[in-house]
Amino acid sequence: MTKRYALGIFEDEDVLLHAVENVRAAGVKVHDVFSPYPVHGIDDALGIERSRLPIAAFFFGMTGLAFALWMQIYMLGFDWPMIIGGKPHIALPAFIPVAFELTVFFTCHGMAITFFTITGLYPRPKVPVMDVRSTDDKFVMAIELDETSSQFPRLTQLLRDNGASEVNQKEMTTK
Amino acid sequence: MQHVSAVREPLVTGGKTLHDVTQDICYQVEAKPNIRWMAALSVALFFLGIFFYSVYRTVWFGIGEWGLNKTVNWAWDITNFVWWVGIGHAGTLISAVLLLFRQKWRSSINRAAEAMTIFAVICAAMFPVLHMGRPWLAYWVFPFQNTFGSLWANFNSPLLWDVFAISTYFTVSLVFWYIGLIPDFATIRDRAKGTIAKFSYSMLSFGWTGSAKAWSRYETVSLILAGVSTPLVLSVHTIVSMDFATSVVPGWHTTIFPPYFVAGAIFSGFAMVLTLMLITRVVFRLEDYITLEHIALMNKIMMVTGSIVGVAYITEFFIAWYSQVEFEQYAFINRATGPYWWAYAAMMTCNVITPQLVWLRRVRYSIPLTFVLSIIVNIGMWFERFVIIVTSLHRDYLPSSWAMFSPSIIDIGLYLGTLGLFFTLFLLFAKFFPVINMAEVKTILKYTVDNGPTYNPQKAAHATPAPQPAIHGAPASAPVNYNKHD
Repeated sequence: MTKRYALGIFEDEDVLLHAVENVRAAGVKVHDVFSPYPVHGIDDALGIERSRLPIAAFFFGMTGLAFALWMQIYMLGFDWPMIIGGKPHIALPAFIPVAFELTVFFTCHGMAITFFTITGLYPRPKVPVMDVRSTDDKFVMAIELDETSSQFPRLTQLLRDNGASEVNQKEMTTK
Repeated sequence: MQHVSAVREPLVTGGKTLHDVTQDICYQVEAKPNIRWMAALSVALFFLGIFFYSVYRTVWFGIGEWGLNKTVNWAWDITNFVWWVGIGHAGTLISAVLLLFRQKWRSSINRAAEAMTIFAVICAAMFPVLHMGRPWLAYWVFPFQNTFGSLWANFNSPLLWDVFAISTYFTVSLVFWYIGLIPDFATIRDRAKGTIAKFSYSMLSFGWTGSAKAWSRYETVSLILAGVSTPLVLSVHTIVSMDFATSVVPGWHTTIFPPYFVAGAIFSGFAMVLTLMLITRVVFRLEDYITLEHIALMNKIMMVTGSIVGVAYITEFFIAWYSQVEFEQYAFINRATGPYWWAYAAMMTCNVITPQLVWLRRVRYSIPLTFVLSIIVNIGMWFERFVIIVTSLHRDYLPSSWAMFSPSIIDIGLYLGTLGLFFTLFLLFAKFFPVINMAEVKTILKYTVDNGPTYNPQKAAHATPAPQPAIHGAPASAPVNYNKHD
């Protein structure tokens, strides 16, 4: 499906932040903002909710901890108990290091996989980009247009009034 | 909320704009390899050849190729292992601990430091794996049921803890580093001209576009990874120290080992970061990003951790005397005055005296002196591990089995070889990957150049195109309100 976007190009993050606020206040829906680095405050300006990733991290960590404790207690305590240095079969203090390491291991890799999945990041040979300068030094605000692009002149004016250095149209093919 | 202090030195000098940052850092990736890089790589590859030869001898003929004997059955291998793992620690400290402490200066050194961590851990891992004698059975260290019965791994053993610690540390550092690289790969991808470059960096960039939501998640994930990496980095060298501390060998059986090893690790790691950064900034002309201020700050961390190490040495000695354990006392007297006194003297001089010179501002801000100091500290920390390991082993309870250790040519080859491996990997990294985290440097750019950009909405509303952020022009006293969005 091909969609058309109006792209407002901004030179500065503060200008962009104001523009996002004003454009949204004018009743225009902002599709997305592309920036070369994280712009602080953009989440609030765009109305993006706080990420729930930390909650996921907690559960990944707990899974790792539970797995590590189960593994060590099951293997050394039940499946094949052995006397090692006269210590009890289930020597919990000695299990702490592995339990800790696996907690970290599960948290980190769980977070990475979750992050890649929900953000849709995976290796691909061609990446559709709104404006290649958005990974260099420009801040790009994308606003979705309808079939006829009838709002484009009005949006151009709105974006320019809010400090956009240029306003372009771009067609993007998405699945 | 960000503040610009008039008394603080700027983190990036030269009045760089966002585009300048991209340009300066992508330059090395896009340009043809220069002659200095080629020369350095050839030297590194030569040593990598020595590494492969030594590995071949070790694997084919067994670890009898090393200089080990019945009494000293751990020597250069474990010394090198601990040395390399220790070096790795500075990378994680910079990327995780300094991130949590909001030390913005880390931005221009974290990428290379993290790369250093990963390569150092790869080098470190070579030694225990080769010491197994049959490295193709290395997977036996993981809790697999063995083929002869249903025996599992021994979770009470610090060597097994090490397996978990090092593999967690390696994979976590790798993931953390890679996530940080994604936005920068996207920058290179969007600038790439050649088909191969475009394809490779597209694949590497995982389809990153820099959308607001992606950035928001990216920051959350970075913070969480930093949060878990901070205790991780402390745990790794703690567990490495437990390889020794949980044993009953006099000189090893010391409760001070975990904090002492962690401090030592960060100490040696910062020395290595300094060595690498001082070269990198000159070779790749990054003097504006890795400034004298950065070098001074790293020197300070080196001094603090070096002093902790110095105090630990003295504490160890005191406790040996105070414990009234004859064997413990002998182990320490033997360390300082026995046949390995020269190693002990080298360790004391390099690690206790050298970092104290950093108190002098002139030393802290001097590039040649810092370079020399960092090399001395690297040597000193190698000797520290050698002293701990060999002097504790070579004279055990039975004087008839006392022995000396002398390294074989393969021992030396393996050590020099891992240096070759390390520098080969680092040079390849420096050529094909952005050595400085562009995205992160761009975030600090605005707040660290002495005169921040100003924006006047009333004026800009009618001006087309909008004024460029006045990074160069605006006077330092221009009203900058950075609190607007907080």
